[in-house]
Amino acid sequence: MSEPTAAAEVTPAEAAPGAPLLDVDGLTVRLPIDGIHRPVLRDVSFSLRQGEAFGLVGESGSGKSMTARAIDRLLPAGAEVKGSIRFDGSDVSALTGAALRQYRGQVAMIFQDPRAHTNPVRRIGDFMTEALRTNLSVPAGQARARAVDMLGQVGIEDGERRLRQYPHQLSGGMLQRVMIAAALLTKPRLLLADEPTTALDVTTQAEVMAILDDLRREFGLTMLFITHDLELAAAICDRTAVMYAGQIVEIRRSSLLHDDPLHPYTAALAAARPDIAQTAHRLRAIPGRPLSAFEAPLDECAFAPRCPHAQDPCLAAVPGLTETGGGLSRCVRTQELRGKLQVATDA
Amino acid sequence: MPETGVAGATTPAANGTAALAVSGLRKEFGPLVAVDDVSFAIPEAGSLAIVGESGSGKTTIARMIVGLERPTQGTITACGNDRSRPARSTRDRRRRGREVQIVFQDPYTSLDPRQNAETTIDEVLRLHHGWPADRRRTRIAELTGLVGLDERQSRALPRALSGGQRQRIAIARALAAEPRVLILDESVAALDVSIQAQVLNLLADIRDETRVSFILISHDLAVVRQLTDEAIVLRRGKVVERGPTARVLDDPQHPYTRRLRVSVPRPGWKPRRGKLPAAGEENPTP
Amino acid sequence: MSAAIGVAAPTTSRTGRAWAMLRATGPAGIASAIVIAVATFVAIFGTWLAPFDPITPNLSLSWVGPTGAHLLGYDFEGRDVLSRLIVGARTSMLGPLAVVIGSMIAGSLLAVAAAWRGGTLDAIISSGLDVLFAFPGILLAVLAAAVFGAGLTAAAIALSIAYMPYVARVLRGAALKERSQPYVAALEVQGASGPSICLRHVIPNIMPLIVAQATILFGYAMVDLAAISFLGLGVQPPEPNWGVMISENQVGIPQGYPLPALAACVCIVAVVIAFNVLGERLFEQAQAAPR
Repeated sequence: MSEPTAAAEVTPAEAAPGAPLLDVDGLTVRLPIDGIHRPVLRDVSFSLRQGEAFGLVGESGSGKSMTARAIDRLLPAGAEVKGSIRFDGSDVSALTGAALRQYRGQVAMIFQDPRAHTNPVRRIGDFMTEALRTNLSVPAGQARARAVDMLGQVGIEDGERRLRQYPHQLSGGMLQRVMIAAALLTKPRLLLADEPTTALDVTTQAEVMAILDDLRREFGLTMLFITHDLELAAAICDRTAVMYAGQIVEIRRSSLLHDDPLHPYTAALAAARPDIAQTAHRLRAIPGRPLSAFEAPLDECAFAPRCPHAQDPCLAAVPGLTETGGGLSRCVRTQELRGKLQVATDA
Repeated sequence: MPETGVAGATTPAANGTAALAVSGLRKEFGPLVAVDDVSFAIPEAGSLAIVGESGSGKTTIARMIVGLERPTQGTITACGNDRSRPARSTRDRRRRGREVQIVFQDPYTSLDPRQNAETTIDEVLRLHHGWPADRRRTRIAELTGLVGLDERQSRALPRALSGGQRQRIAIARALAAEPRVLILDESVAALDVSIQAQVLNLLADIRDETRVSFILISHDLAVVRQLTDEAIVLRRGKVVERGPTARVLDDPQHPYTRRLRVSVPRPGWKPRRGKLPAAGEENPTP
Repeated sequence: MSAAIGVAAPTTSRTGRAWAMLRATGPAGIASAIVIAVATFVAIFGTWLAPFDPITPNLSLSWVGPTGAHLLGYDFEGRDVLSRLIVGARTSMLGPLAVVIGSMIAGSLLAVAAAWRGGTLDAIISSGLDVLFAFPGILLAVLAAAVFGAGLTAAAIALSIAYMPYVARVLRGAALKERSQPYVAALEVQGASGPSICLRHVIPNIMPLIVAQATILFGYAMVDLAAISFLGLGVQPPEPNWGVMISENQVGIPQGYPLPALAACVCIVAVVIAFNVLGERLFEQAQAAPR
């Protein structure tokens, strides 16, 4: 396990032939908090290939939701944005007016709480077909037919009846399925899913995840899946990035994240989770608490204060993202720690 | 589907001196039956998980035990005293407060935003004991130390503290009453993974030190495994399975328990579309 | 991003928080607070500040315009207008204060009791308040004057009763919200009694709303009391009072001597606007307060 075999794994840097669909480069965002501009995202860079499912995992303050908002141009007022976000080659932050609307038509977003993003006094049918009718000038009858069809795809059989109902008449899980259907109706090329299953029961979550996975493959969608749950991301994403304190600390093929993590934070996150298959006497908790970008030290490794492997070089400067064993890691000691970070079974 | 599982420590009949015993518990909200014939018992220093998804009735059961809801039928006994009906006097309510305490899910609303940890705990101590101020101060320091809060955190207002820190205050407040039974109603569900681990370790330590009995209400099977010896599984108000936690999770007998088990993300897990509607999918209005 | 973690330690002292609340009302709010402070000061120390005798009439000086130290001239009975305004500030401010105190205390207690107990008590209180809504303040004051004779006390009590339902309606909603918070449930489970939870937790947590409501109400009370005094049912002449001064001096307007009546009018309007502006700003803050 000590020598990375370059041929066996696809490095994130060499994408499939053709330009990436979404290319985020050096994204740095500062927001006014209590009147002062503070960093929330620091030098975030990653690329999504067409048709790829990419996971973004992090705890509070990691910046994962902010990243999605930056991509969808939904940052709060007063945000300072540096770096670039390119969708299909064009710079997203430069878009205005009709071009921006067109861009938004190609990027769909689903949120954690569907009830907060639906108008309770409008019927499901109205809300689902709105984008089709206004932006794409699809006649009402056709729009409804497509909506019913899409509801069937997400497992809602009596679509006609559902279209006439109001949001409060649907359970949380059903409403989230409706949101997915609504998002896919406009045939977007990129789907941003911000913790779409966090508020759902575990059995409903499994259903919704299966639906997302199936439909993504069927429609050839590119998906950015945001969650705090490492295993959930690994379930449907090809590659996953782990974020801490506004920075990306690791990008890795999902299947390797748990067994061969490159960054101490990823390993610690996986180890902190209780195991359903056995009782540990004590969990391996990380001391301290997850920090936001503006709380973390700015001129050293942000995770160093909590890291069991921190040494002097870690405190000298902010580590860069370096390529190791088919992944990227923001740890200066990645090479020497490789293999020793693995989640060990408890004694 | 009838209940499956081995009759064990949680079956009421098996337990003479239970810290908490519940028998034939039923709660109706109009035509809706939220809790249907639920029975269980917890021994001294025992730990029971009540597992279920939304609509299972698990939170309603907790609320009935602490007196925030009134059972339609059934009995609840804590420390040998019956509490199936609401307390009649303030003294009665205070006594019940010393038997069973609860820690809620949301750390952001379970503390009075105008009080810091010291004042919060002090208020509870004054409620239950007629101690002089310096004895209370000593006890406050003991409790904040027990839950891992430093001086700055004990004096800070909740809005300056994180979710995990607030939850520690809520735990300290519950323990200030020195209860025999502590109900944790999804108390770690709203916390970050790394903080959740800290609080779970803390709860394990508290259990070892104070011998308090736990009732852990959770939908998270991994957390349940970590913290409890026995478990009952609820579906739509009924107990569908019960037994030692390890057995219920490793070898589930009831189809619903199996479905729950299979739905938990873990390394190598792939979600599959099922045939039965998931628990949270039944519609509020058909 | 909402829960600021240790970015700045929030002040816990009462005065610290009060100043912060005031500063957050913006320039309009601060200007209003200054106007109110000045009016209050004058109300308290008016009798010592007035340059001339506000009561003794001197008909030979009726309607004489501003001269020398008499900055606002003389009123219809030859008394210095400025001095009457200064001394009149007392009853003009005291009346609304009594109304606000009365209606806020009664309204808060009813609202919190209704919110806490819910069920039948809430239904009874809410229905009772609904009935009171039907009576405009001035109508009740006229009735009170008819029964108890004209005077500030009767008018103030009548207005307190008339304002109670407005206070109770706003506070009941806020109290219900507070009551449904888990921390209240936690205290109930501890065994704390209803009254102690209401007094120590519910009311203090809706205090910003109570303060805002009281401020807004002051303005309304001032207008209503001025109208009542204008009608001759409140403060009785020769006692100086801004509402009474409008009534007494209104005959001067068509005669070409508008200043005395207008001066009293401006005083009322300025103070009422100040209370309204400050009250609205405080209300916004109360609604938007982070937890």
